[in-house]
Amino acid sequence: MTNIIETDKLNLFYTAFQALIDVDLKIERNRITALIGPSGCGKSTLLRVFNRMNDLIEGVKVSGSVKFDGKEILDNEIDLITLRKRIGMVFQRPNPFPLSVFENVVYGLRIHGEKRRSVLEAAAEKSLASVLLFDELKDKLNMNALGLSLEQQQRLCIARLLSVTPDVLLMDEPCSALDPFATMKIEELMTLLKKQYTIVIVTHNMQQAARISDECGYMLLGELVEFGETKQIFTAPVNKKTEDYITGRFG
Amino acid sequence: MADGREHFQRELQKLNDLILKMGGMVEKNIFNSVEALKKQDARLAREIMTSDDNLDRLELEVDDLCLELLATQQPMAVDLRFITTGLRIGSDLERIGDLAVDIAQRAIELADQPLLKPLVDIPKMAELAEKMVHRALDAFVKRDAELARGLWPDEDKVDHYRDLVYDELVDMMSKDTKAASRAIPLIIISRHLERIADHATNIAEDVVYMVEGKVIKHGPK
Repeated sequence: MTNIIETDKLNLFYTAFQALIDVDLKIERNRITALIGPSGCGKSTLLRVFNRMNDLIEGVKVSGSVKFDGKEILDNEIDLITLRKRIGMVFQRPNPFPLSVFENVVYGLRIHGEKRRSVLEAAAEKSLASVLLFDELKDKLNMNALGLSLEQQQRLCIARLLSVTPDVLLMDEPCSALDPFATMKIEELMTLLKKQYTIVIVTHNMQQAARISDECGYMLLGELVEFGETKQIFTAPVNKKTEDYITGRFG
Repeated sequence: MADGREHFQRELQKLNDLILKMGGMVEKNIFNSVEALKKQDARLAREIMTSDDNLDRLELEVDDLCLELLATQQPMAVDLRFITTGLRIGSDLERIGDLAVDIAQRAIELADQPLLKPLVDIPKMAELAEKMVHRALDAFVKRDAELARGLWPDEDKVDHYRDLVYDELVDMMSKDTKAASRAIPLIIISRHLERIADHATNIAEDVVYMVEGKVIKHGPK
């Protein structure tokens, strides 16, 4: 199966407000899928559905189907800890814990009960190497993570996810706090990571979506207006609404 | 329409206008090149060469503007297709201009000797080729893919005339070898007019891409 996530007739309400309307979306394995659209269109809400982060918000009602690896994740019986281990999330603002670099990376493993020092050390090295931080930080593993640059912090947050060997990385505006050069480096990292992971990114930066994604979806007022190959979306979108948005005629 | 993209829209309009300006000059030069041939008017033929220098300058202006817009505005979708089409049309029009110059040069060669025969098919070809350029640019301005597709039958007609001209002149040369020096330039001219029609067809194909996002060149139409 090449689709790792599939939604069918997904609807989501924040109390009376409908934030997602009949979203049918298929996310392919080992690809970067970007969700674009104006503020409030539902793209972050959709992203948060994939690891049930919306459960934390009061008054949220979800209907329809969301399958991850063929399994329904909207079921009440689903183990959320396991789900969030396999589908991790990176946020707008890097959010390292006020702990050492090392403790940040192995945090997830510790929570999942791992105590063996050798396992933790191996995982920390591997995860930091995957985000190209190990060489930079190998002698500073005990320094407080809050002392890193923002870009390093964001890499560290990604490494923290990788240590628990997820399948999917959800990224909500992961570069919006970074300068263009740091942004470029995170984008490079994403294209490296997609060989092993599936990435879903929400971004306001259309050029970023165009540069890095393989597939792209345009959302407007809770609906997935158009979904397709990125090259096609940005050269010859089918839907007029998509065209208006990406050419800046929206509004 | 555009929120905050008025400047960009104005630049796109400027590109549109530059291409139309080139188109107008090119149409005039095609017409005049064959007029110069028919009327054996070397002075008119030379005017085309001066006009072509201006065309070359305009092509550079189109190139410049397109590159600037690509580099600075990150155009997407219909705008991206418009600009890349603009680049291609600019180069097609410049090539058409060169072909008109070449026809004018042949007209100068033939200006001081009697025409081999009254010109019939070449003026018809020229008229068709000019009409094709005009319609292709009209389709560009109106963003009308159907109008662009209307060019395909004319391209076949132009090819047909080129064959007629060729057969007739080869026949004349086989009967009278001294006719060659006046027949060969005419064969070359018919070949140039056919090339002009091809460039017009290229423009029309690019217009279809610009409007519909579909690539139709090098394939069945």
